[in-house]
Amino acid sequence: MSALNIKKGSTSHSAYDLRDSHSQVEESHTLAVIVENEPGVLARVIGLFSGRGYNIDSLTVAEVDHTGHRSRITIVTRGTPSVIDQIEAQLSRMVPVHAVHDLTAEGPSVQRELALIKVAGKGEARIEALRLCEIFRAKVVDSTLESFVFEMTGTPEKIDAFADLLRPLGLKEIARTGVAALSRGA
Amino acid sequence: MTRSMTGARMVVQALKDQGVEVVFGYPGGAVLPIYDEIFQQNDIRHILVRHEQGAVHMAEGYARSTGKPGVALVTSGPGATNAVTGLTDALMDSIPIIVLTGQVPTFMIGTDGFQEADTVGITRPCTKMNWLVKDTARLAETIHQAFHVATHGRPGPVLVDIPKDVQFATADYTPAQKARTDYYAPRVKGDIDAITRMVEMLETAERPLFYTGGGVINSGKAASQLLREFADATGFPVTSTLMGLGAYPASGKGWIGMLGMHGLYEANLAMHGCDLMINVGARFDDRITGRVTDFSPKSKKVHIDIDPSSINKVIRVDVPIIGDVGHVLEDALKIWKARGRKVNKAGLAKWWAQIEEWRRVNCLAYAPSDKTIKPQYALQRLEVLTKGRDRYITTEVGQHQMWAAQYLGFDEPNRWMTSGGLGTMGYGLPASIGVQVAHPDALVINVAGEASWLMNMQEMGTAMQFRAPVKQFILNNERLGMVRQWQELLHGERYSSSWSESLPDFVKLAEAFGCKGIKVSDPKDLDDAIAEMLAYDGPVIFDCLVEKHENCFPMIPSGKPHNEMLLSADASAFKSGAVLV
Repeated sequence: MSALNIKKGSTSHSAYDLRDSHSQVEESHTLAVIVENEPGVLARVIGLFSGRGYNIDSLTVAEVDHTGHRSRITIVTRGTPSVIDQIEAQLSRMVPVHAVHDLTAEGPSVQRELALIKVAGKGEARIEALRLCEIFRAKVVDSTLESFVFEMTGTPEKIDAFADLLRPLGLKEIARTGVAALSRGA
Repeated sequence: MTRSMTGARMVVQALKDQGVEVVFGYPGGAVLPIYDEIFQQNDIRHILVRHEQGAVHMAEGYARSTGKPGVALVTSGPGATNAVTGLTDALMDSIPIIVLTGQVPTFMIGTDGFQEADTVGITRPCTKMNWLVKDTARLAETIHQAFHVATHGRPGPVLVDIPKDVQFATADYTPAQKARTDYYAPRVKGDIDAITRMVEMLETAERPLFYTGGGVINSGKAASQLLREFADATGFPVTSTLMGLGAYPASGKGWIGMLGMHGLYEANLAMHGCDLMINVGARFDDRITGRVTDFSPKSKKVHIDIDPSSINKVIRVDVPIIGDVGHVLEDALKIWKARGRKVNKAGLAKWWAQIEEWRRVNCLAYAPSDKTIKPQYALQRLEVLTKGRDRYITTEVGQHQMWAAQYLGFDEPNRWMTSGGLGTMGYGLPASIGVQVAHPDALVINVAGEASWLMNMQEMGTAMQFRAPVKQFILNNERLGMVRQWQELLHGERYSSSWSESLPDFVKLAEAFGCKGIKVSDPKDLDDAIAEMLAYDGPVIFDCLVEKHENCFPMIPSGKPHNEMLLSADASAFKSGAVLV
């Protein structure tokens, strides 16, 4: 890796393209895709990824503007710099797509995911799970004498870490929303 | 004033408002209300096809030869699934067509009803955009939007799926000018800084080359005109993809022939050796580039394309210009003129001397015969005998298609209709009918192989019914010629399923359809036979028995660079890959 391998602000749209476009190293990028919320739009976007052999690591979608019928699809994908550029271009040219933002390339962003995690156990394991919950600032949203459901919001890495620690303590089930992300600043 | 009408009437009204004169289609249960409306008017002509694939290819032929969008109308279920090949073909070649499909009533969708298929689901990846209209009030606007999307930006096929109850129901009609289309507005003007950069580069280039594609033709006649002016004023050589033939005239002084897998020696070597490549509306297809790592290694590359996703998809370029070819060429020409019309004259003279040297190899030479008709000879005679006529050529897919591209010359855009990207055997016959319907008085010839032609031969019935005097010029080698060629050269001469037995007697077949059949096998009779075909006032099936084992050269084997081109079938050299030319 050279000193020039700077990702921030280095998309093909910026004045200075500092990324090595021939790099064969795969990068993880978070894309925010603003689409017209119409029937089939999600299938269209997902079909593009499967049809052209791109990866989807995480995907979330919801309508964010109810009057304008706009939905925001957040996709975490992997690929070489040229593949990432190609994904952005392929998404941008779709008719119901209004805008595509490569949050990884465009500058700092905040990324959050919500997880619901069910842990079953008794005695010391149960107490330890509750202690971890406090350390990770998770919330208890359901409790029985033999189980907890924790709600946790954080980066995907933080959720991974929490889940890894809960595994020996009786982790039963986990539901994750996938990443929602916004760029920092105004 | 709002007008209330049924959905079926809206369809016909919307087509009229969009200036549609002809629809290619096939009726069925789910589109009967629309057919009922078509019956009760005279503005729009309906051409009854024999298979829905034929309808879509006809719409493509119509669109490619006129520059206007083509329209096909088919029923639900099998009608829609039969249209899929044509939609994919149009997507690959960027052809604006609108396909209207019937659908089971909205309340039956999802119940596996009779002739139900998930049409928008099936066609989502093979259309530029598609819509299922569930509300009659939205129908007219959606059709107007479909025309807008098909014809703006990079053109392509669109589909509107219309359930039967939506056709029966009544609502207010939305006129074209009230339809919301502003959400889809691709950029047409190129970035002036990038265009200026291109002009600077072409002023000093020693070995420049225009590499033009179907985008020039899609952009319209003005783009072809600007390309001609630019190429002739700079004195730069011009090569073209299969899709772009005719944008720059074959008789033009800068023309060096088609490039690519079966392109001309001089064109491919010019691509390999140039120091400035100006890609005008082409997309670096794999049939053009060969091995990408060795593609034109010494050149700076400019790429003009209206589709941002074409930029850097296959080949990294130095100066991308996103915009419509016509607009970009116009700006480029203005800037170049304003800067004093500079070119590197000394460099250009040397470059042309080199190209002339390559040209002297005479790569299209073949061994003539006075006993059998060589396919190349048949096309050379067709070229001579149709010279000066208002001529439109369609093709099927295979050897004959490449020979047609090599031996026929095109001086105008929109005169050459061929399935480039998808390579659809069975394209040419229906496409020729679509062209003839658009140009009733023109000479329309489908250059075909017998195998491709059989794939959609039922459309001869359409040609007869609607008096489309298309000439089916079949180069009959009783083989799947291109498959056979690859098997000879790359698969140890094991000819697995690449010949046809039990071919029909094409003359009798012509008689059965009620048209004229001509059979010729002796080179001496060829000219008279072609003259007879041209003189006949009606469709002709021309069965030209040609040399069975002729191979198509030059050829760049798949995965080889441009300078490893084969000019003849030296099989041993082929295997070692050592033919450096």
